[in-house]
Amino acid sequence: MRKETIYSLKAPYRDALRVSGYRFGKGDKAACIVGAIRGNEIQQLYICSQLIKALTELEKKGAIVNNNEILVIPSVNHYSMNIGKRFWALDNTDINRMFPGNMEGETTQRIAAGVFEKVQGYSYGIQFASFYMPGDFVPHVRMMETGYQSASLANLFGLPYVVVRKPTPFDMSTLNYNWQQWKTNAFSIYTNETDVIDEVSARQAVSAVLRFLTRMGIIRYNSHGGYIANIINENDLTLVRNKDAGIYRRIKLPGEEVHRGDILAEIMNPYEGEVISQVIAPTDGIIFFSHKSPLVNENEIVYKIIRRLHE
Amino acid sequence: MVKTVVCVGLPIDEKLFIQKNRLAPESVTGKEKRITIVTGTHGDELDGQYVCYQLINKINQNQGKLKGIVDVYPALNPLGIDSVSRGIPMFELDMNRIFPGSRDAAMTENVAADIIEDIMGSDLCVDIHSSNVFLKETLQVRISNENEKKLLPYAKLLNTNLIWIHESVTVLEATLGHSLNSMRVPTLVVEMGVGMRITKEYGDHLVDGIFRLMVELGIWEEESIPIKAPIIATKDEVKVIHAQHAGVFVKEIEHNDWIREGEIIGNIINGLTGEIEEVITAPSDGIVFTLREYPIVYTGSLIARIVGGATK
Ligand SMILES: [Zn+2]
Repeated sequence: MRKETIYSLKAPYRDALRVSGYRFGKGDKAACIVGAIRGNEIQQLYICSQLIKALTELEKKGAIVNNNEILVIPSVNHYSMNIGKRFWALDNTDINRMFPGNMEGETTQRIAAGVFEKVQGYSYGIQFASFYMPGDFVPHVRMMETGYQSASLANLFGLPYVVVRKPTPFDMSTLNYNWQQWKTNAFSIYTNETDVIDEVSARQAVSAVLRFLTRMGIIRYNSHGGYIANIINENDLTLVRNKDAGIYRRIKLPGEEVHRGDILAEIMNPYEGEVISQVIAPTDGIIFFSHKSPLVNENEIVYKIIRRLHE
Repeated sequence: MVKTVVCVGLPIDEKLFIQKNRLAPESVTGKEKRITIVTGTHGDELDGQYVCYQLINKINQNQGKLKGIVDVYPALNPLGIDSVSRGIPMFELDMNRIFPGSRDAAMTENVAADIIEDIMGSDLCVDIHSSNVFLKETLQVRISNENEKKLLPYAKLLNTNLIWIHESVTVLEATLGHSLNSMRVPTLVVEMGVGMRITKEYGDHLVDGIFRLMVELGIWEEESIPIKAPIIATKDEVKVIHAQHAGVFVKEIEHNDWIREGEIIGNIINGLTGEIEEVITAPSDGIVFTLREYPIVYTGSLIARIVGGATK
């Protein structure tokens, strides 16, 4: 394992921002793994730390296959994380909306450019990502439909679901999208949590990456088989909205199987405590996403369901 | 007449309202032209407030001159404006990155779709912005080069100091301006002043410009409204200066000054060592139409934009 500073930026008074990279093995650029790009991605940072720990052990045992180099960048924006902010502290810009970056541009464009220069040219790019709206997902691999994506490769992580998303202009400045434009096979891995650490899904994510690296011939590791993934197009998820605003009580959780007519959640009058409406499953299926906050606005998307096809 | 365009329940005893004021002649034939004025997508940009007030007030006092329909939306992001938040407060989401919105997405994107739907059918739209808290901008219209042909004749009437024709950028496709332009509502995006403040002089100039534009569209009847000819700049004529060092920027010139190549724009100083970290000089002659207002800078922070070649 070799630790290096891959990008640094001075501040007026704060300690410099140092983006650290951990390299394992030597030779062809095999895989690059990126953790927290937003300041609230603590779970993503934690997963990377566990992955670095595991890869350090594997390297000691000689389990990195010859002529393969792996780069892990656990955190890009700990400057925001250290002060409890999500986006770049000065101007509230999102570094994950600045790729491929610009060395001559604004501060966050320069950070993105500095990082992107170092993460380019790898065969596989893996990012532990978070969604911009709050809520919980079933763990999954997400890819953007760019024409370069390969859903069958995503299956090799052994996570239960692979989601393919059609990119909007808003997505085109993410790391994932730009990796693919520069011919790296890019995958984003979503686990249950972001702001807090969830050990179970973190372990699942670390295993998924080790399994993938093993199957691609980059490391030697005894991995369990994992799941055979269902490949889902994001547009095919069934969206479920709540009618009323109020206090939100979640009943069904991501990963649970539901039947048409099941009560997924209840909305209560925030003053009087009475249930004023229920969120009902419109179809049989598996919960893919659920709203988590105890409060909800009117007409939000509170559930996304993977519809079960009846044979 | 004030109408509610969007009404969404918030969790506890509050509704999110987006409202507009429709001003129309006393008798309407149905063939009137319609202009739409929108502002407040960014909650920290306030010049539009003054412009909306002046516009509505002047129309109400000269009702007889009104020959068409004027729709004024003073606060597209009311939660942001009322809470000193640039984005939509709960999500830190830039509202000008979610257009044209969607019916199959989160509440905020539904709201965006409702706004677009309500504006559709307008003959022209003016979207008023106030830079941000970091930069002071001259009164200007920004036009993406793909819309130059369609928008430039209208933009010239708005009584601004500058028309900046810039390259199209993918992320800007999700702005209200881009969305409306691609849905065939010609939309002029105005930038001016500085965030969290009102620059009254620019507001007054823009109000005159909007009335001049309304005369052109047949919405307003008035003999003559004098307007000035703007500088028209394309990408090559704009020089952009970024900080190369972190520190505290102190300007040595005033915004909108005309300066010569090599002249000092300002210094990035260090309050701990008493040293100058960087002296920032003009790369060419021209007018400093953008100047940094907020002193704290990192490497990359925008310091100034100069439109070159212009003479005083
Ligand atoms: Zn704005």
